[in-house]
Amino acid sequence: MTEYEPVIGLEIHVQLKTRTKMFCGCELSFGDSPNIHTCPVCLGLPGALPVVNERAIRFGMMIGLALGCEIAERSLFHRKNYFYPDLPKGYQISQYDVPLCRGGRLGDVRIHRVHLEEDAAKLNHLGASGRIHGSDRSWVDFNRGGTPLVEIVTEPDIHSPEQAREWLSLLRTTLKQIGVSDVNMEEGSLRCDANVSVRPAGSAVLGTKTELKNMNSFRFLERGVRAEIQRQIGLIEAGEAVVQETLHYDPVSGGITPLRSKEEAHDYRYFPEPDLVPLVATDAMLAAAREALPAELPAERAARFERELGLSAGRARDLAFRADLADYFERALAAGAADGGVDPVELSNWIPQLVERIGSDRDPAESNVAPESLAALATMVKAREVSRDAAREVLSRLVADGGDPRAIVAREGLGALSAEDDGLGELVDRAIASDPAAAEQVRAGNLKAIGPLVGYVMRETKGRADGATITRLIRERVRQAG
Amino acid sequence: MLDRAQVLHVARLARLELTEVELERMAAELSHVLEHIEKIRELDLDDVPPTSHVVDVVNVLRHDDPEPSLRRETALRPAPEPVDAGGFGVPSPAAA
Amino acid sequence: MNELIELTAAAAAQRVRAREIDPAELFEAYRARAAADDLNAFTWVAPRAPAGEYPGDAPLAGVPLAVKDLFCTEGVPSQAGSRILEGYRPPYTATVVANLQRAGAPLLGKTNQDEFAMGSSNENSAYGPVLNPWDRARVPGGSSGGSAAAVAAGLAPWAIGTDTGGSIRQPAALCGIVGLKPTYGACSRFGMIAFASSLDQAGPLTRDVTDAALLLAHMVGRDRRDSTSLEFPEAIRVPRAEDLSGIRLGVPEELTGAGGGVEPGVRESFEATLARAEGLGASVEPCRLPHAPHALSAYYLIAPAEASANLARFDGVRYGLREDGEAGLVSMYSQTRSHGFGAEVKRRIMLGTYALSSGYYDAYYGTAQKVRTKIAEDFRTAFERFDFIVTPTSPWTAFALGAKTDDPLAMYLNDFCTVPMPLAGIPAISIPSGLSDGLPVGFQLAGPAFSENRLLDAAHALERAIGFDGSPARRSGESAARG
Ligand SMILES: [Mg+2]
Ligand SMILES: [Zn+2]
Repeated sequence: MTEYEPVIGLEIHVQLKTRTKMFCGCELSFGDSPNIHTCPVCLGLPGALPVVNERAIRFGMMIGLALGCEIAERSLFHRKNYFYPDLPKGYQISQYDVPLCRGGRLGDVRIHRVHLEEDAAKLNHLGASGRIHGSDRSWVDFNRGGTPLVEIVTEPDIHSPEQAREWLSLLRTTLKQIGVSDVNMEEGSLRCDANVSVRPAGSAVLGTKTELKNMNSFRFLERGVRAEIQRQIGLIEAGEAVVQETLHYDPVSGGITPLRSKEEAHDYRYFPEPDLVPLVATDAMLAAAREALPAELPAERAARFERELGLSAGRARDLAFRADLADYFERALAAGAADGGVDPVELSNWIPQLVERIGSDRDPAESNVAPESLAALATMVKAREVSRDAAREVLSRLVADGGDPRAIVAREGLGALSAEDDGLGELVDRAIASDPAAAEQVRAGNLKAIGPLVGYVMRETKGRADGATITRLIRERVRQAG
Repeated sequence: MLDRAQVLHVARLARLELTEVELERMAAELSHVLEHIEKIRELDLDDVPPTSHVVDVVNVLRHDDPEPSLRRETALRPAPEPVDAGGFGVPSPAAA
Repeated sequence: MNELIELTAAAAAQRVRAREIDPAELFEAYRARAAADDLNAFTWVAPRAPAGEYPGDAPLAGVPLAVKDLFCTEGVPSQAGSRILEGYRPPYTATVVANLQRAGAPLLGKTNQDEFAMGSSNENSAYGPVLNPWDRARVPGGSSGGSAAAVAAGLAPWAIGTDTGGSIRQPAALCGIVGLKPTYGACSRFGMIAFASSLDQAGPLTRDVTDAALLLAHMVGRDRRDSTSLEFPEAIRVPRAEDLSGIRLGVPEELTGAGGGVEPGVRESFEATLARAEGLGASVEPCRLPHAPHALSAYYLIAPAEASANLARFDGVRYGLREDGEAGLVSMYSQTRSHGFGAEVKRRIMLGTYALSSGYYDAYYGTAQKVRTKIAEDFRTAFERFDFIVTPTSPWTAFALGAKTDDPLAMYLNDFCTVPMPLAGIPAISIPSGLSDGLPVGFQLAGPAFSENRLLDAAHALERAIGFDGSPARRSGESAARG
């Protein structure tokens, strides 16, 4: 059977968090009453002219710098011509052959380009009701029209749906951290299209790609891309060709359908926008953009976690790509250090545990678990003062009621039983006695047989005993008995 | 020079509907004009940079300060199909 | 004829300021004439004088202004000569108009024009052709034909228009008045319904050079709403020059030779004017503008290309005409645009769309932009040796209505001498140099960017020497107003 390798590139549109639109002084809005943020410019009235928003340019440069791009010394705006009711001028002002930023990299994905443009308005469907002739109607709300957008195009460096999702999450965190966008997929301030193709593993030739639109959540992105990969593999296996087309992923049905092909082949007739003058990245503008960037971006943070704290690459990314988790982790680390030291790897193991208990979309800083408490818990586990199972129980209580883990352990008697504890030795003897066959096998060198014996002790101690200690004691006593 | 199919294609791009008579005439007239215009293609312009702006300025930028928007009634006054929801009505693009 | 009408705008302004003329009376005198206009020069005339105090102390002292239809004027029809904007009243006023109003010039009316400024005869207006006051069977030129005819006929003391390839200078020439196209960027384009954005400039159409300077002085200036507008480096002065001593005039062979098809009468007037210039102390020598013969081709690619995008907003969604709103979106678009635009506009949209379309961009639009570079270079080189380049404004005098409507290319050739300057962004002025067979002839001077003051001075000196009498056209307007 042929193995297939997916090749995925993303095109991301990000609404910038300026106060006003890209080319006029209308305020940005979300969810406001329709058509109250319009003016001659963003309505495309005759005679109106665009003027570039300086902050949008700075935000664009910040994004470029954060993604390690080269900022063009001189870039131009073009007109991209097509007719659609949400496009008031009949053209979108966008950048074309000379974008603001080129090249760059985020994580393990290269950036092809980053350019500035204006958002389209919002087209709403009205249906046929209330119309004499019964034809279907739509209506346009120009509040969103002209919102500054940055379009980020990656190289096709992504090779799985999971990686697509994870990388988009890194991008989102990065943009959020530099403060240029709300990057909210549900509200449309972050929108992602995926170019997907598959090829036999090891092949250097790219397959025919399709463009998948309308994935308005991380989950849908992953699912949509997975479904499209399966669809393409299915076609190839059936001896059919993948057709280059634009596709729509329906998150409800999971189905993929072609978007209605436009009247004619796209011919956007780009030409330099004569109403705007060229944009030159001056040293002062670049310095201002650089200054506005935070000291450390998520990708750099992940690298530091890996390099300096010894976290695995995966764990480092899981934390760093979510700023709230990374911030919490670092606060716990600091608290632990003040409290005599905490093992970073051990501590990092407890963050996913915490997230699992509070819900994946919540910031742990807002939970009942103080960072110093998590650090204390990790320290106790590392010192074997409490077993892992018991620590999980402690964490659940911390999530429910907060408090000090040491006090909870003491109060509830959850402290680990030590090997020196006679009670534990007695329990091990009872376990061996209860299952002589298993004991015999262990003695004969079959370590797999030790499971039931360990389980017996764990049950009896309600998880307070450390698994490694029990194992050691069983093996000692079996050998002694023999 | 410009054949019927090309004229039709361009008309579709420009969202113009031409009658049969207009189509014929347009093809002839555009061809005639282009014939004259095409002479510039004979010039040697290999290393000449294009001029898209005659003014020699760059970076004309606006501060990100809000300015008053139009009242909705004003925006909608010239609309051919204002809808109750407060928007500009159009035939649905999804319909044929 | 009312003696108020005989005053130039500058003279009228001076007398208003001296309180010798009541500005309300001045406004009404012109308003009545404009309202009785039978040249079809106006598409809208103010029903009454604007409310409130007349700004008698303001620089323009209440002298009423006629404004080309394509300038947006708040609450007043602004239709750009097109059916697709019939009855459209914008919610805002163009910067240039607002500047002039602030300087004290009240809006007298909106003037007829070729649809979206595309034309050289004013026959492309959806609101009917404008007649030339010198001969009503002839065109006034275009596209600012309404403004030119109104000023020539004394229906307005002065007017503003726009020039993209000659649309101020050519109708000024055909109507026997002064027309100035400023340096690109000198006047804000905000609120001007665009034809070709990289070429369009607003400018004055006036009875004499002094009026042109006075009007221009209040039109120029950087506008934060127009990214391509520039601060004018100096104040526009009232021209005083009476001679041309030391001025070097260059006569480009390429624009004045056989290629341009200059009529004998026009050539005669042109040569007589050159002789006059020499008499005033100027030197006159041939010069070269090697790429000027290609300007027309470059212009007829660049302007339609930009226009094809500028006119895409007329789609029946937000304002203006809508047709066939029940038959689906694409049909609504094409029906609206097909019914809303006239033949010439459609022709240029088609030409421009083709020039930008996939596979043709480099051959057409891209090449035209390179030609533009060469033309600007030609002028720069010429201005190293010459102060001004001079040509006839139009190769012909006013032609008969309908004479060229069937041949678009012949019509385009009208712009042969006027298109190179906007391509280079430089200023040029047309002044009347005399009559040929009873019809006015225009003389054009072009200078380097921002040389308007020098250009106005030179034009002023020539104007005095020529002593052109424009009153026959005003008397024609007078009889029309009575009839
Ligand atoms: Mg885009
Ligand atoms: Zn706006």
